Amino acid sequence: MSEARDQILGSIRRSLKRGPLEETQRAGLEQRLAAPRRNLVPARAAALPHAAQIDLFLKMAEEVQTTVMRVARVGDVPAAVADYLSQRNLPSRLVMTPDPQLDDIPWGDRPMLEIRRGRAEDRDQVGVTACFAGIAETGTLMLVSGPESPTRNNFLPETHIVVVRGKQVVASYEEGWTRLREKAMPRTVNFITGPSRTGDIEQRLELGAHGPRRLHIVLIDDEAAS
Amino acid sequence: MQPTSHAFKENAREALGNANLQKALTLMRSGFPERRAAAIARLPEFEALREEAKAIKNHVLEHLDFYLETFEQQVTARGGQVHWCRTPQEARETVLAICRRLDAKTVTKGKTMIAEEIALNDYLEENGVTPVETDLGEYIIQIRKEYPSHVIAPAIHLVKEQVAASFRATHTELDPNRRLEDAPTLVAEARAVLRRKFLAADVGITGANFCIAETGSTIIVTNEGNGDLTQTLTKAHIVLASLEKLVPTLEDVSTILRVLARSATGQEFSTYTTVSTGPRRPEDTDGPGEFHVVFLDNGRSAMLGTEFQDMLRCIRCGACMNHCPVYATVGGHAYGWVYPGPMGAVLTPTLVGVAEAGHLPNASTFCGRCESVCPMKIPLPKMMRHWREREFEKQLSPAAYRYGLKLWAFFASHPPLYQAATALMTRLLGWFGGPRGRFRSLPLAQGWTQGRDMPAPEGRSFMSLWAERRKNGDAA
Repeated sequence: MSEARDQILGSIRRSLKRGPLEETQRAGLEQRLAAPRRNLVPARAAALPHAAQIDLFLKMAEEVQTTVMRVARVGDVPAAVADYLSQRNLPSRLVMTPDPQLDDIPWGDRPMLEIRRGRAEDRDQVGVTACFAGIAETGTLMLVSGPESPTRNNFLPETHIVVVRGKQVVASYEEGWTRLREKAMPRTVNFITGPSRTGDIEQRLELGAHGPRRLHIVLIDDEAAS
Repeated sequence: MQPTSHAFKENAREALGNANLQKALTLMRSGFPERRAAAIARLPEFEALREEAKAIKNHVLEHLDFYLETFEQQVTARGGQVHWCRTPQEARETVLAICRRLDAKTVTKGKTMIAEEIALNDYLEENGVTPVETDLGEYIIQIRKEYPSHVIAPAIHLVKEQVAASFRATHTELDPNRRLEDAPTLVAEARAVLRRKFLAADVGITGANFCIAETGSTIIVTNEGNGDLTQTLTKAHIVLASLEKLVPTLEDVSTILRVLARSATGQEFSTYTTVSTGPRRPEDTDGPGEFHVVFLDNGRSAMLGTEFQDMLRCIRCGACMNHCPVYATVGGHAYGWVYPGPMGAVLTPTLVGVAEAGHLPNASTFCGRCESVCPMKIPLPKMMRHWREREFEKQLSPAAYRYGLKLWAFFASHPPLYQAATALMTRLLGWFGGPRGRFRSLPLAQGWTQGRDMPAPEGRSFMSLWAERRKNGDAA
């Protein structure tokens, strides 16, 4: 197939009426990749103070049928999750990612919640995960894959509950990338904006096409504490 | 698939008489444009973002060899593999070879227009591999043995009764007396049927909205989450992409993503934007064991440096067809191949030849809406004119049309003759028009007079009135 590769690259250069790029040009392009620059970032979220970014994040999430719950402390999360499930008559058995970000939550306070930590399977109806960031601009969750956060947990359960810390909320996708660059690029980055949906039948919006039918955010207001 | 673009006129006539299609198109005409307009009104920076997005893609096209090579290095460094394919046949063989090596029986597919372009499903099936489309719209047309009529809403030509009938005919293992009359029931049934397919599949194939040179990542944008289950649960993830999908950095793609969903469906952001980088890592508990990117050229490298280069900026949002009066009247299938609407009218002739698809650039009123809504500011009408010129040069248009144009060109390039002739025609037509001032039929304009009368010209021509004003000195 390397013959095809050479032919395609040759054809591109022929069409552009030049040979391979000069060394100085290459260096310029490599520099552009090595130190990525931000383009225009809309003012909608970027111009706000952080507390207002959190408000915007939740408001935009609700616009796309995500449900949200704000709690003051880490200790309030188990009750918030249990209430959410019981109010909707959903099972209290749940699969939770082995993510250390969820370790400080006192799940034992709600013994009715039957929690299995690990990878989601088809039978799991409710899943709880942490996230990497929340993007205020569009109410988008940013999740990354890893041994502690398998990607399938974001898609298989019908109900997906995401625990977000206030300090994880950023204005823009660009800020999410900047934070991610401090670590290594994971196999998968999922930007999730609302529950799964389709408009493929007569353009009518239906939720729960293949991924979760319900997406619920529990946001911990940890700003004051940190 | 075999294109039927040469039969555009017959296809269009049939489409006009298809009651279900016309009902489905009525739903589309208001939906997409209104939602797009509302989303754009909420983002004051939209115009500036369009300019930036266009500049990014232009930069990529000028340095496409560099970005492709860099992307390949990054994919390889992260344990993936890039395959280069000049033709649809090479791309089909590459995919089949991977499936065979992994002993794959079934393959789940996210939505990919490249797979349609290379007619992958038929090929896999002929070779003993069962492809299962998982995007709901693609699944519906797969079981109906149709092809997509829209780049982002492949089953937009259907009404729910047709979908229900197809589900009954296909899902024979389910209770034949079940209720299936509304959209939620249909979506739930498809979800249950396809979930089993996801879990059983050996290989997952998706397209790519973007390929990121910086990281060697591919990106898909979906609303259903089907592309995610497709690539997460299988032994291998195969990405089908055309060469022009390259984008330099994650920052650059963020800019383009901001104009994509708003232009396509009027969403602020699509539900799922997924960035995939290589195969699963050794410590991961899920993800595909292999990661392959199959690049297809199929004539695109030859479009660079021509008057069609700008077409390679296209991000397949569908805004041009959503706003096209011709598309909204005849639907996508009339265009006779996988890419319909204005973008198809420009792209199809480059991919299947102007002899086959010459009708498409003529199926335009040149109202210019497509260009005005295109997030990448592609001059679609101008490129359709280029195709018309080529068609004329190659003598592919009908003889009467060509001679008519030549005759007109002769008069138009001799102004005194042109004015004398029009003055004469004006007087003659006015005289023949008689007291009613209109024609029921005209010998060379049956196409016009079949549907309406032709008004007879009155008075004098604009040119002669203008000359008179100038002479009297009151033109200013």
